[in-house]
Amino acid sequence: MSAAGLDYRFLKLGGVDIEVGMQGAGSPVLVLAGEEQLENTLPLIGELAKSHQVVVPSAPGFGKSARPDWMTNPDDIAYLYLDLIDAMALKSLAVVGFSLGGWIAAEMAVKNDRAFSKLALVDPYGVKIGGPFDVDIQDIWTSHPDKVAALKWYDRTKGERDFTKMSDDELSIVARNIESFARFCWDPYMHNPKLKQRLHRIKTPTLFIWGENDGIVTPAYGKAYAGLVPGAKFASIAEAGHYPHIEQPAAFNKILTEFLG
Amino acid sequence: MQAWHFTEMPYPHLPPLETLKTMRVSLASKHYDPKIGADLYNRYLDEYMIADELGLNMLLNEHHQTATCIDVAAPLSAAVLARQTSKGRICILGNPVANRGDPIRIAEEMAMIDCISRGRLDVGFVRGVPYEIFAANTNPTQTVERLWEGIDLVTKAWTTTEGPFNFEGRFTHRRAVNLWPRPYQTPHPAVWITGSSDLDNIKRAAGRGFVFATFLQPHAKVKWMFDGYRSAFMDTGLPGGGGTAYMPLVFTADSDAEAEAGARELTWYLDAKSEPQYRNPPGYVPVEFNVQALKGAFAGRTEAMRKQSIEFLKDQGVLIYGKPDDVAKQIHRLYDLVGGFDNLLMMGQAGHMSHERTVRSMKLFAKEVYPQVRDLARTKPLNAKVAAE
Repeated sequence: MSAAGLDYRFLKLGGVDIEVGMQGAGSPVLVLAGEEQLENTLPLIGELAKSHQVVVPSAPGFGKSARPDWMTNPDDIAYLYLDLIDAMALKSLAVVGFSLGGWIAAEMAVKNDRAFSKLALVDPYGVKIGGPFDVDIQDIWTSHPDKVAALKWYDRTKGERDFTKMSDDELSIVARNIESFARFCWDPYMHNPKLKQRLHRIKTPTLFIWGENDGIVTPAYGKAYAGLVPGAKFASIAEAGHYPHIEQPAAFNKILTEFLG
Repeated sequence: MQAWHFTEMPYPHLPPLETLKTMRVSLASKHYDPKIGADLYNRYLDEYMIADELGLNMLLNEHHQTATCIDVAAPLSAAVLARQTSKGRICILGNPVANRGDPIRIAEEMAMIDCISRGRLDVGFVRGVPYEIFAANTNPTQTVERLWEGIDLVTKAWTTTEGPFNFEGRFTHRRAVNLWPRPYQTPHPAVWITGSSDLDNIKRAAGRGFVFATFLQPHAKVKWMFDGYRSAFMDTGLPGGGGTAYMPLVFTADSDAEAEAGARELTWYLDAKSEPQYRNPPGYVPVEFNVQALKGAFAGRTEAMRKQSIEFLKDQGVLIYGKPDDVAKQIHRLYDLVGGFDNLLMMGQAGHMSHERTVRSMKLFAKEVYPQVRDLARTKPLNAKVAAE
């Protein structure tokens, strides 16, 4: 990841080398990036770092983190990140998870959220709401790339990346992220069948933030997901798709900052 | 050299291709007419029986959710041929063990077919082409591991004769494996593996004495792969003794005009349409390949052969066509260019090619070409074990 202020180092957690970006000082905020790691270079990180110790790990197989064969689903990543919290002795921790990162945050919270002070989930995957024939989460891997872009973005020009201008090192990370996303989320597709039955365990004040125009996981899905977490609030952002923090950063930052307090 | 007849059993009676987005994975089955399909199945099986009578071997494969291949269960067609033919060898190339997810069932099916055919079966295993990932919903990042774990389990099941054994692997758990029947051949049928670029995989196959096969690749790349195979071959005592196999499109005719017409019909296969999301599922190829793909420099194996002229394909050894002597000459040239090979897998039918045209080409090949290439020497793989000693 090119530096946007994050200082990257490696921590060995359960025998796995994990890349962790850090910035700022203050009460800690764990930022769990989405599957494309677009968050790492956003101004949002610097904003949060003005008053927080921001910690941004790369999940196994993402960024430059190792990916052992035995890790096969986000549940495994959640245990590793709970180790991270212990290793860094993070207390009263706010957790902000985007997309896949939101799913991982929910998996962590159902296991042990004692160290959590707040939980913000931004357009997360992770549960299946409907029956076997219902498509809860649009299939990004069997859909034409144009359709995926249209589902993901309110304004798809905001999601365009020019891969021909990237170095091989940067492209290797893009390719690793694409591959690892499939490793962890292919089957069951983008959800853990057990998670739905475990969400009642979450005690942390939780806010779901959703792009009104997200076509991959719709606001209706988000509201049903939020309904499974005791006391969870739901906020939606207009003119935004799956990444409301990228399409509407001002509206997003206002909601998140108010929630984190 | 052994020659094999092959058709993918295509269903070509589709609306105009320019009106379809894809022929693979998501083409609606309303475009399949079961009555036409019934005729096609019987016709393709008839052609295999003719191949057997002509002294050719029979090669089968399977694909799923695609009009390019309606043989969705190669063990079924192999079982039909095991009973209805009497001479030629039958090879399934291959069993998609990574996608089927039940290696023991495959071991049973192969053992049964081997017995019905009285030892005429060769058993291929394939990782499966990218499109197959979607029909099986296999995690595309683990297909190589699934392939080899499956092969290990199948071969152990075939060769364990003293009662049940335990297997708790990464992808399959069975606690009392005890195969009935066991295969006709000892220790078990020849095993074939396919590949198109992964040299480690090729050497792994060679090290176990398996046959290595590759399809529709430029001759320079075929040589590179076959050299890799030969450098790592170990004779493990399997029937047939290992070796190499190459599949070009092959059409033999009485005249140059008829040969060219047939060759053009065969290239239907290369033009099979698919949507981009099916061609390179995430993790199917290594990160280094996908870096090139992101730059737009890698679009998949068959993409490289699409829309090439038949002269180009002929020069590359991908398409062999002509009058019998010309075909024999092209096979000799290919044999020399790739350092020799042992099995000529002839895709002799594709697309709209009629039964009459297909059989005419097979007959000409069997009578006038095969005698000119049959005695091409078996390649001499370096026996790595002997070389080490």
